[in-house]
Parts: sequence; C-alpha cells; structure tokens
Amino acid sequence: MKFIANGSKPTRHGFGEALVILGEKNPNVVVLGADITGSVMTSYFRDKFPERFFSIGIAEQNATTIAVGMALSGKVPFFSSYSAFAAFRNSDQLRISVCYNNVNVKICGGHSGITVGPDGATHQSLEEVSFLRALPNLTLVVPCDYNEARKATIAIGEMVGPAFIRFGRSPLPIFTDESTPFTIGKCEIFNEGKDVAIIANGIMVWQALLAADELEKRKGIKARVINCHTIKPIDEETIVKAAMECGAIVTAEEHQVTGGLSGAVAEVLAKNYPAPIEFVGMKDTFGGSGEPEELMVKFGLTWREIYASALVAIERRDKGFIGLRKIKDVAEYSENL
Amino acid sequence: MDNSFVFPQIIFENKRRIPEDFREISLEIKRDIIKSLALAKSGHSGGPLGITEVMTVLYFGEIMNYNPKDSYWKHRDRFVLSAGHMAPILYSVLARAGYFPCDELSTLRKFESRLQGHPGLDMKLPGIETSSGSLGQGISIAVGMAMSDRLLDKNNQNVFCVTGDGELQEGACWEAAMSAGNFKLDNLCWIVDNNDCQIDGRVKDVMNIYPIEDKFLSFGFNVISIDGHEYSEIISAFDQFKKNSEDKCGKPTCIIAKTFMGNGVSFMQDKYSWHGNPPNYEQAVQALSELV
Ligand SMILES: Cc1ncc(C[n+]2csc(CCOP(=O)(O)OP(=O)(O)O)c2C)c(N)n1
Repeated sequence: MKFIANGSKPTRHGFGEALVILGEKNPNVVVLGADITGSVMTSYFRDKFPERFFSIGIAEQNATTIAVGMALSGKVPFFSSYSAFAAFRNSDQLRISVCYNNVNVKICGGHSGITVGPDGATHQSLEEVSFLRALPNLTLVVPCDYNEARKATIAIGEMVGPAFIRFGRSPLPIFTDESTPFTIGKCEIFNEGKDVAIIANGIMVWQALLAADELEKRKGIKARVINCHTIKPIDEETIVKAAMECGAIVTAEEHQVTGGLSGAVAEVLAKNYPAPIEFVGMKDTFGGSGEPEELMVKFGLTWREIYASALVAIERRDKGFIGLRKIKDVAEYSENL
Repeated sequence: MDNSFVFPQIIFENKRRIPEDFREISLEIKRDIIKSLALAKSGHSGGPLGITEVMTVLYFGEIMNYNPKDSYWKHRDRFVLSAGHMAPILYSVLARAGYFPCDELSTLRKFESRLQGHPGLDMKLPGIETSSGSLGQGISIAVGMAMSDRLLDKNNQNVFCVTGDGELQEGACWEAAMSAGNFKLDNLCWIVDNNDCQIDGRVKDVMNIYPIEDKFLSFGFNVISIDGHEYSEIISAFDQFKKNSEDKCGKPTCIIAKTFMGNGVSFMQDKYSWHGNPPNYEQAVQALSELV
C-alpha cells in the first residue's frame, strides 16, 4: 500500500457526515449538542434531523447523563463537544453512568490536541486518552484522517456499547480512501518493513508515513508503519508481532505519552515481548497558542522526531542495552534534519 | 445470631388503597431495611427509613405502572434512585413488589450479591433501571429517559426520581432542573427527600440550599410540598402529577417531601448521625420492636 495525500480536510468533517449517514440508517440515532454544534459538525445532523437533535446548552455533565437515560430507553445517543470538556467536565458521569452502566452512548471529543491551534492550552486536550483508556467497557478510537473518521464514526454507531471517538479541528492530509480497511480493535499496517515499527494514531499517522519515507531514502531503513486507531481494545497481536519482527518500536501520538497510546503500547510490550520503545508525543507539558504547524514543531510532533526516535530505538536494539540509558538522545539524531 | 433475621415472602399488590392501608406495607419495608442493614453491618439507615412512606405509595398505590414478571416491559414507568446510597429502600420495595425473592434482601452488600452497596446495573437485579451512587447523576439520567419518551417515542411513560436534599448541592442537579423545564417534561416527577440532614450536619448549615420551592418554580416546575409521612398528602401529590402528565401540562413536577431521617425508629429519628450507619444487633432488635 502506498499512501499519497489527496487534498486535506479536518477529521471532524468525516465525523459530521457520518452522523447523517447513521441517522438515515437508524431512526434511534439521536444527537445532543452543547452549544458548539457548528464546530464539531453535529450541525449537519441537526439540519437534517431536527426532531432527533437536542440542544442541551453548555452543560456537558447533563448532556452525558441525559444521553445515558436515552440509551437506557433504547436510543443511540451521540454527544459531542470539545474533547477538553467532553472527557473531563463529565468524567464522573463517564465513569459511572456511561461505563459502569455499560450503555450504548457515544461520546465524541472534537478539537483535541495541540492542532486546535490559537485557542491555546485551555482547549488543547492532551490527557483524555489516559483517563478514558482506564475505563472498563469503553471502546476508544482515534482516527487518522477525514475518511477514517467517517468510517470510525459509523463503526462506533453500529457497535453496541459505550464508545469515545477523538477527532480534531484543523485540516489534515487525506490519504486513506474507501478501500482502506478499518475494523474497530484492529491495527492496520500502512507501510511494510522489518527494521523498526512505528505505531501511531490520529494526526501522527501521516507524520509516521513521512518519517518512513525519509528513513528509507536517507538510511535504507524499512520502517513498518502501524495505524493503531483503536487504543481500546488494543490490538496486542499486531503490536507483539511488530516487536518480534522489528525489535525496535516508536510510538507517535498527539497526546501526553504518559498513559496515552505510548503507555498502552509499552504495557503490551512489557507484558508480552519487551523491546526498546521510544515515545513521540507530549512530554508532560501543556500546549499553547499558535498555528498547528508551529506547535507541532515546538512540541516535537513531526516526522523528524519520529525519524530520530527510530534511529535511537534501532541503536538500543542493536546494542542490546539494558539499564539506565547512556546512548545518544533523540536531539542528537535530529540535528541535521 | 445473624440468622435470627428472616424475610418472610410477602408480596404486595400495586393497587389503589386508602391511606391507612399503606401502614402495614411501610412497616414491612422498614423492617426489611433494618434487618438487611444489620446483616450487612454497613450501609445507610436514615434516608431509606425517611422516604419509605413515599416509596410505598409510589410502588403499591397504583401510581407507577410496572410489571415485576417482565421488568423490561416496554410501557413501564421508570424509577431512578438518584440518591444511590438509599439502595436498601429500593431493594426492599422491589422484593415486596415481586421482582425477586424477599430472602435475597439478606445478601445486601455481600460478596457477589445482586444487592450491591449502591445499585449496579451490571448485577442485572430485576427492577433496577440504572446504576447510581455518584450524587447528581441519576436525576439527569431520568431527564434523558423522560425526553426519550416524551420527545421521541411518545409512549406516555412517566419517570420518577428520588434525590436527597443535600444532593441538591451538586450543580449537576440544577443542570437537570434547567433541562427538565426547558423540554417541558411533564412526565417527570422529581421527588426531593427533604429531611434536612446530610453527612456533616443540617443541610442549611453544610451549604444552604433553601428556599427549595422557589428554585424549582423558577426552573418551570409545578412544585408540591407535602409531609412525606402523610399518606393522604403523598397520594394526592402523585395524583396531581399524574394528572399534569396526562393533560400534557408542559411542566415537570417536583414533590418536596418534608421527611425525618430515620423516621419510625426513636433513636434514629431526625439524627443526621444515622445517615450512613447500620444498626448493630441490639439496635436492630430495638428498632424492630418499634416497627410494629
Ligand atoms: C458526587 C458525590 N459526592 C459525595 C458523595 C458521598 N455522599 C453519599 S450520601 C451523601 C450525603 C447526601 O445527603 P442527602 O442527599 O441529603 O441524603 P441523606 O443524607 O438524606 O440520605 C454524600 C456526601 C456521593 N455519593 N456522591
């Protein structure tokens, strides 16, 4: 499979369009809005199915538990707000009323990550995956582009049980298409290789593909790129296989590495097949205002960090190094990029 | 010693009754509460005993429509115990309505019991509509159920929900109130157990929530204030609600039930220290001797 960018669109567009498709298929699908329907694109659904759209106002806790009540009455409610508020303001509701009840509620966190841009740190949710991943019963999906966001939204709408989908505000390259496979809980290999495996999701999948190109061009290194769109349940098999066949792993996510995809992959490896692993993601810091591209550079969320991390992981594998690390750091590898 | 508490298999019908006829039922339920808590050796006594008369009328006075043989019957009315810590009253009422064997009440709070410390949907206890225990959530779930019925299914189901009065300090309650008024949920009956007690003391001392009536009025509710131990007042409040619902009056109902925590047991009556404690064996025997 060779991926090329074919225009760009935000993942939230894929989400919004998918809701309309779901609404057409299933009369039980309802959508709850929290005053930002235009930005999370639930407005498409609202305009198409006004009788199945409910404006709850700026009350995320209430929207979450109202959704639970509706699910307990046989509906398939989607509640969408910014991830910063749809996973934290209502976290108690998510834990008990959604997940412990194990109801068919779909929570949709938009405007996630630093690529929200100018709104700044308050709006850049970078921690929700860590929290959500710890909730029993929840399915958690982070799609990588517009097309995948569409497929992922339809998939969570058609499965039964609580699910959270995380998507973003800014346009991203569109590189998957209708034929790209997507199954909840199953990683997809987007680039074949056996020298190092890059496990990424969300906006970092495209960066991982760029890094793989550069590794091949500059160093002849063949990197396996794995799109791990479902963080929970995680596809242990594909991850362990990558560790066994490549022996060196890099994770990449637009989220804190603590407890995020990085934490999830590290858990799988530690349990099954320990291998050197390098983390690309937010390193215990908040975001800030700026354009998405500026912020990605500032916080080290580009193909360059993935590239350098791959070299570090490979060196660690080759030296068989165990113990406190005393090898070159990512920064040294990325000097000339 | 524990075995001295038994739960006779006595089931009550859900039918219109004159006020006096509820007394026996309430006493049976209060004895259940005392016995199950004494056996559990932990749990909340005060709230359940205080709301028993209201719950008795709700379940055994033909106020609520339900079918213990088919707990997921499509046209049932719903009951949500937002104050999840009051679980013993709900368990007793459900057992006495015939949802499950009465002697299961002896398993309250025990390992792998369906009668979890706070209601848990995962245990699949018939009659339980949702998990609850984090205050302020159940009422909003009830709003979602009422919306689903009124605005989508148009089934004419009613949704009843009990919250505490301390619980009203949770902001989430007022989000729920706002939306109940906004969506004109005349099929929603919110019962506030106004015992003026919570864990740390009197509600007005911990954080004053009064006046409660005005707050609900301003959110667009019909507000009915009653003595929560007077059957005639309870019956008439529920009747008013049902009429409002049938008439599609466009307003949710709030019944503010003035109650005493631990009502009916002399040493518990109106004492907030009994919010979260079970009676020990001697106290239970004493309480049972009063509940006749
Ligand atoms: C969100 C939340 N915070 C705190 C608690 C702990 N808690 C359980 S019951 C209770 C007091 C409730 O008071 P009230 O609603 O008046 O009930 P009553 O004391 O009358 O039983 C508290 C603080 C809880 N269950 N949920």
